[in-house]
Amino acid sequence: MEALLYLGCTVPVRNLNYELSARLTARELGIHFRDLETFGCCGFPVKSLDVRQTTLIAARNLALAEKEGVEICALCNACVGTLTETAHALDTNPELKAEVNERLKEVGLRYNGPVKVRHYMRLLWEEVGLEAIKSAVTRPLTDVILAPHYGCHYLKPSELTAGFDSPADPRTLADLISATGAQVTDYPSLKDCCGGGLLGMSEDVANALAATKLIDVAATGAHALVLVCPFCNVMYEGQQKKIVKAAGLDLKVPVVYYPQILGLALGLSSDQLGFKLNRVKPSGLLKIVEG
Amino acid sequence: MSRIKLNTLDPSFKHRVARQPGGEAIRACFACKACSAACPISVVDKRYDPRKIIRMALLGMKKEVLESDFIWLCSSCYGCHEVCPQNVRFTEVMFAIKNLAVAEACVPPGLTGQKALLKQRGRLYEVGEFENEKREKLGLPPIVEHPEDYDRLL
Repeated sequence: MEALLYLGCTVPVRNLNYELSARLTARELGIHFRDLETFGCCGFPVKSLDVRQTTLIAARNLALAEKEGVEICALCNACVGTLTETAHALDTNPELKAEVNERLKEVGLRYNGPVKVRHYMRLLWEEVGLEAIKSAVTRPLTDVILAPHYGCHYLKPSELTAGFDSPADPRTLADLISATGAQVTDYPSLKDCCGGGLLGMSEDVANALAATKLIDVAATGAHALVLVCPFCNVMYEGQQKKIVKAAGLDLKVPVVYYPQILGLALGLSSDQLGFKLNRVKPSGLLKIVEG
Repeated sequence: MSRIKLNTLDPSFKHRVARQPGGEAIRACFACKACSAACPISVVDKRYDPRKIIRMALLGMKKEVLESDFIWLCSSCYGCHEVCPQNVRFTEVMFAIKNLAVAEACVPPGLTGQKALLKQRGRLYEVGEFENEKREKLGLPPIVEHPEDYDRLL
């Protein structure tokens, strides 16, 4: 299958390990990613200023995809959420669509819809499937223990994610981790928000949110926390040192992206998958897998 | 909090919130507090309490809501949204309230900075030669900034 790879703002600048591993694993599993140079920001960063502007910017990107006639696959939970929400709003509200199209005329675009938007994890789940992933695994991650973190916009609002996963009882990431042969560990703050959405507003409150999960995951003895969103990464990896210091703790939680883990199980090397760019090194994990 | 003075309330405030995109269902709230119970922010910062914000808005405490610090503490996790029996869609209501606050010039500086960046670059982070060289070394295609549409639309 084919999809337009929607990188957003953060991934192609700050999370090259996520981008690299997503591209490589997709290729291994028969997903053909196409790049669209004109894609930019999804519009989420201006939602607190003016929801209408977010809708307009998201619609611009949806209209670009529509011209290509190919669905969008995004790596960031916020991009997936914003684009999905906007496509849904435009597809169900003709008045809004007419209003937005009036503005899009200024940049020579039009959204007719529908345009499909899915997270890379959802493509893996729905297009490749657990069984195909299991049979593509050449190096099962036996003895590796991993803690999943879904992230809010991956699961919610459920009116947009219905039929994919459940906010109350999420399973897709855990099952996709299991498919690599690794063990999944459960922990009390599994469904907690990372706090990334308010890092720019109140760093203390954001850090307090992220701290609980880091403490919980460290206590499980997991080799790494597995993420699927660069916003969550800012909190759990980027802010980790600060959070741990402020809480007077002594702990280190390696943070990895799911496609990196999947890539290892598919036989790709840690070098290819950008593990050098992980700031809290998952040394224990890599020692088990690569020796 | 001091006593509410009836003559300082703005009874039209709730209707203004309801006219914003996302704010439509605020008047459906019957104050059950499921939103507050589901809110991860109110656990770490008592100033932020979804039901309190809805009550204040419904009572017409426009100034107290729009000029407060706490309305900027929503992390948009949609926890409240999922549990609301009245489908108030509080995460979206918060965006509606923040949008009104911005219109009344109570905007946190970080936010306007982000908008300026989008107009200049079409993205939040600069992608210059340095970033593209790094990408090239890893075998990734270059990123080209296309700010034109963003400058026109924003």
